Amino acid sequence: MENQHHWPLYEVFIRARGGLDHKHVGSLHATDARMAIEHARDLYTRRQEGVSIWVVPSVDIVASDPGESAALFEPARDKIYRHPTFYEIPDEVKTL
Amino acid sequence: MYTQALDTQGLDSAAPEVPADEALLERRFQAKVDAEQKIEPKDWMPARYRSTLIRQISQHAHSEIVGMLPEGNWITRAPTLLRKAILIAKVQDEGGHGAYLYSAAETLGVSRDALIDQLLSGAAKYSSIFNYPTPTWADVGAIGWLVDGAAIMNQIPLCRCSYGPYARAMVRVCREESFHQRQGYDIMMRLAQGQPAQKRMAQQALDRWWWPALMMFGPPDADSTHGAQSQRWKIKRFSNDELRQKFVDFTVPQARFLDLAVPDPQLRWNEAEQRHEFGAIDWTEFNEVLKGHGPCNAERLAARRAAQAEGAWVREAATAYAEKQWATSSGKT
Repeated sequence: MENQHHWPLYEVFIRARGGLDHKHVGSLHATDARMAIEHARDLYTRRQEGVSIWVVPSVDIVASDPGESAALFEPARDKIYRHPTFYEIPDEVKTL
Repeated sequence: MYTQALDTQGLDSAAPEVPADEALLERRFQAKVDAEQKIEPKDWMPARYRSTLIRQISQHAHSEIVGMLPEGNWITRAPTLLRKAILIAKVQDEGGHGAYLYSAAETLGVSRDALIDQLLSGAAKYSSIFNYPTPTWADVGAIGWLVDGAAIMNQIPLCRCSYGPYARAMVRVCREESFHQRQGYDIMMRLAQGQPAQKRMAQQALDRWWWPALMMFGPPDADSTHGAQSQRWKIKRFSNDELRQKFVDFTVPQARFLDLAVPDPQLRWNEAEQRHEFGAIDWTEFNEVLKGHGPCNAERLAARRAAQAEGAWVREAATAYAEKQWATSSGKT
């Protein structure tokens, strides 16, 4: 079988409607960014799912290592004083 | 490492993680799965979990792609322009589902080209249902109603599968699948309520697709080789027989509404168990079709190979164009 293309992989992000963030929806292969946008339109917006598309070459995404998730995210666990619910305010004090 | 699931004590985990042996990693993995946390592509996973998923997701993707063929057969002959537009949209969805699923499989470290090669060489399996022919327009209705109906039954639990990318692809697929089933039932309704010849055509399509649809749920639980492990890994949530029973219970009343007869003389309602009893499935037929001896196996593969070969120049041209653009933009002309 011919070795078809090794077209690069792009990650696709769609803005569902004005005012919302672009959200990751999946990935696809394309020769270049323009083709990636066109394919993303066919693949991910067949039912008016979006008003704007971003595509990013997958190789350009830098991700945190799941092996380091404890070191990265656990320090926040004992800092419950960062949340408003940590503080008990008497009922008679209003609008706080 | 996988402390979210295991290290509920939390704060004393500052000690550096020692490289754990396979068994420990596997216990942590299973604990995470048991806690209903999703496994993501970069997480550690047992080699067999990975290979099981690659096999299952790629077979699923191949099924979507080959599944375009039996219905594609009717695009140029759909009875009205609206039916034609609907059928094109449905077949396009199937192609899209294949693309979502190939992407999910690729996150496990296998290339799409390799998977497509496996399909075209005949090494990979796809759902046996697509090796049956579609001789009449009613078959398009029966496929939507029964085949997509059975697929939905299989796919809804997969939305909660332990592997994140697969689960997310299935959410997207299921959202689109309901249209497929309803447009199929709509075709069947129109035929069943039409002229006697139309109703007969609908009945014959039901006769053709009923048993193959029941076979879509796979071998009986007693003979299912991967079932138990897949359930432990939460790839699979219900057994083949459970899903098949549910499908029969859902579908029989729908057939009754159409005033069509389910081709099973042993079918009867069991009041005590609140379920339908149904006749024995001919697993010899299933195995023969799976082995490549179904009515259309050769035709389906030939169509895929031809599509691949005839599209080669498009892929080559697109690649050449992209390379030229890249060379121009980086000043290397």
